[in-house]
Amino acid sequence: MNSYHLDHLQHLETEAIHILREVAGEFERPALLFSGGKDSICLLRLAEKAFRPAELPLPFLNVDTGHHFPELNEFRDRRAAELGARLIVRTVEDALARGIAQAAPGEVSRNRLQIPTLLAAIEEFRFDCCIGGARRDEEKARAKERFFSFRDAFGQWDPKNQRPEIWNLYNARLNSGENMRVFPLSNWTEMDVWEYIRRERLEVPSIYFSHRRRCVRRGGQWLPANDLVPPKPGEEVRELTVRVRTIGDIISTGCVESPATTVDDIIAEIAAARVTERGSRADDKASEAAMEDRKKAGYF
Amino acid sequence: MPVDILRFNTCGSVDDGKSTLIGRLLYDSKSLMEDQIEALERSADITGGGQINLANLTDGLRAEREQGITIDVAYRYFATPRRKFIIADTPGHVQYTRNMVTGASTANLSIVLVDARAGVIEQSRRHTAIASLLRIPHLVVAVNKMDLVGWSEQRFREIRAQFEEFLPRLAIQDVKFIPLSALNGDNVVEPSPHTPWYVGPTLLGHLETVHIASDWNLRGFRLPIQWVNRPNAPKDPALHDFRGFSGQIAGGVVRRGQRVLALPAGLPSTVKQIWTYDGAVEEAFCPQSVTVVLEDDIDVSRGSMLVGLEERPGFGTDLRANVCWMHARPLQAGRKYLLKHTSHTVQAVVTEVVSRLDMGSLEVQPAPAQLAMNDIGEIRVRTARPLFHDAYGVNRLTGSFILIEPGTNATVAAGMLQASSETVRPEGAEYQI
Repeated sequence: MNSYHLDHLQHLETEAIHILREVAGEFERPALLFSGGKDSICLLRLAEKAFRPAELPLPFLNVDTGHHFPELNEFRDRRAAELGARLIVRTVEDALARGIAQAAPGEVSRNRLQIPTLLAAIEEFRFDCCIGGARRDEEKARAKERFFSFRDAFGQWDPKNQRPEIWNLYNARLNSGENMRVFPLSNWTEMDVWEYIRRERLEVPSIYFSHRRRCVRRGGQWLPANDLVPPKPGEEVRELTVRVRTIGDIISTGCVESPATTVDDIIAEIAAARVTERGSRADDKASEAAMEDRKKAGYF
Repeated sequence: MPVDILRFNTCGSVDDGKSTLIGRLLYDSKSLMEDQIEALERSADITGGGQINLANLTDGLRAEREQGITIDVAYRYFATPRRKFIIADTPGHVQYTRNMVTGASTANLSIVLVDARAGVIEQSRRHTAIASLLRIPHLVVAVNKMDLVGWSEQRFREIRAQFEEFLPRLAIQDVKFIPLSALNGDNVVEPSPHTPWYVGPTLLGHLETVHIASDWNLRGFRLPIQWVNRPNAPKDPALHDFRGFSGQIAGGVVRRGQRVLALPAGLPSTVKQIWTYDGAVEEAFCPQSVTVVLEDDIDVSRGSMLVGLEERPGFGTDLRANVCWMHARPLQAGRKYLLKHTSHTVQAVVTEVVSRLDMGSLEVQPAPAQLAMNDIGEIRVRTARPLFHDAYGVNRLTGSFILIEPGTNATVAAGMLQASSETVRPEGAEYQI
C-alpha cells in the first residue's frame, strides 16, 4: 500500500464531489434537497468541499409536510443560515389550500402529498436538477437507481428505461420540461454516513440521540405520541428512552429504545443492529413495492 | 485500520444463479437484517410457494419478481472487517449487455458464473470478453451448481480447460476458478466439505484478499476541469482574486510549484496552490477532487484539462475506438452524435464502422454494415474539436467516452479510445521541453 491511497470514506467523498461539480457544470438551475436529516447533512458538507471558497451555487429546497419533527425544521433553518444559502420551503399545507394536491378521504399521512408539492416547486422555480441524499442501500427499488436519474415532464421515473451509466461519465442532457434527480450518496451505506459525520465532526439534530419521549405502540413499533394521530383507547402509551434512526414524518417514524448519546454510541449500535434503518419506517412497509410505486410517481 | 473498497460485478446467463449467489454472500456474511429476511419470507408465500428465494433480495422491481428475472443493474453493499464491497448485479440476458457494461465499467473484479452442467456457453465468452475489453483487472470464474454434477473434480477441470482455450486472446491478467454451490452455500463464505480436491480460498476469502493495488493511473497528471471557482464577494481579502480550477484528478500526481500545460490553449503555467476545503495541500493524486490555482491568468474553463509536462496525452479529431453499442437504433457510418469525454462534450460523426467482434467465436469481422444493440466493435469517429486523451488501456478515465443521440438524449454507446498518433506539445517558442 503506497502513500497515494484513499480509504473507503475518501473514495466515497471524491466520487460525490465529482458528481456535485458535474451538476454545477451541466445544469442551469439546480437545487439541493435539504431536510436536516443525516444524509442531507453529509450532502451539505460535500457541497462545501465541492464549491468553497466560492458561494454554494445552488439554493436548498425542502418540502415541509407539516408533520415534521420541530427539532428538524429548527436545525434546517439554522444550518442554511449559517452556510449563507438560500432556503426555499414549500408546504403540503399550502399545496392543499391551492389545490395542487388533494388528500384522499381520511388520508392522514402526508407522504404521498409530498409528490405534487415537490413537482409544483420544481415547476415554480424551473429547477432542472434536484440533488437528493437517497442511498441505494436503503431500499430495493433505490438499489436500481442511477446517480443521474432522469424524470420525464411528469416527474416520472421509468426503471425499465434508464440511461446506462458508464465510468464516471454522466449524461445530463434534458429536453425542455424534463428533469434530473441526482444522488451523490448512492454508494454510501448507513454506516458510511455515520462514520463520515464522525470524521467531519458534523452536527446532527438532537432527535438522533437518546432522549425521553412519550411513545405509542402502533403497528409493532413505538411511534412518537402526537396530536395528529392521538392514541386510541387500548393503545399502549409509555415514556421511553429512545432515539430515531431514520427521520420521516412524526406520525410514521419509529423510535428505537437506545442509550446512544454520542456519534460513537450510534456507530456501535448500528454495527450490532439486526434490522435495517428503513425497518422503522411505516411508509415503506405498506407493500413490497411501496417505494417503487412512489418513485414512479415522482417521489424523491 | 484503514478499510478499502472492492467493487465487483456478477454476470452469467439466466438461471446461472447470480442473484442467489449474492443473496448467499449477504446471508452467510451476516449482512442481512431481520426485516429483510422477514420480507423474504413474506414474498416467499406469494411467489415462491413457501420456499425462501434468495434472489428476491436483489430483484427489487415488481416485474422482476413476477418474471423471476433481473431487469437492471442492482447495487448491493456489504462489509466485512477487512473490506467494504459494492456489488453490481448485472443481468445475463443477451439483450441486456449494456447493463453489464454499465455495472462492470467501475469494477475492480468480475465474477462470471457458469452452470457446472452447461459448461462454457456463448454468454460466458461474451461476459469474459466484455470484462477484458473494459480492462477489469481481476476475474473470478465461479463454477456454480457443483452439487448437481456430484461435486465432480473432473467436470470442474473440463470447464477450466474450456476457459483456458480462449483466455489467451483476452487482456485479463488474473483469473481464479472456484467450484461452489450458491444455493447451498458451499465455498461461498464457508469452505465446502464436498470439495476436498479444491485447495483455494472461498469466494468471500478471495474477495477479501485479492490485491487491488491501485487501479488508478498514477503516472501522467490529468485534471479535467469541471467548474471554475470564483468567489463573488469574499469577506477574506486573500480571496479577492481567487480563481481556482476544480476537478477530479483523472491520472497522476500534482505538486505545488509543478509546471503544467493548460489544454486546449497549450499554454504552460505553474501550480500556485492546491486548494481543498480542509486546507491547502502540497500534493494531490488520482482520484482526489481538488481546486488548483495557477500562477498565470490563462484561459481555462469547463472542458479544459491541466496536464503534466511528462507523459503528455495524445490529441486529435480523428479517433479510433472500441465501442459497445447500447441502443435499439443501430450504428451506421455517417451518423452524428454528441461525444462526452471527461468534462468535455463535443459534436462527433462516426466516419467508419471498422469491425465487429463476433461473440461466439471472438473473431473480428471486418467492415460490417452496422453495429446493433449489444454489439461490440471498432469505429472511427471525427470530433468537431480535438480530444485530449489517453489510450483506454493506459487510463480508464481519460480513455473513455459516451455517445449521446441528439434529440432523444439517449446514451447510445460506451467508447474506449485507442492510442493517438500525435502527442500534445506546448505552444509558444519561449518554452522548450
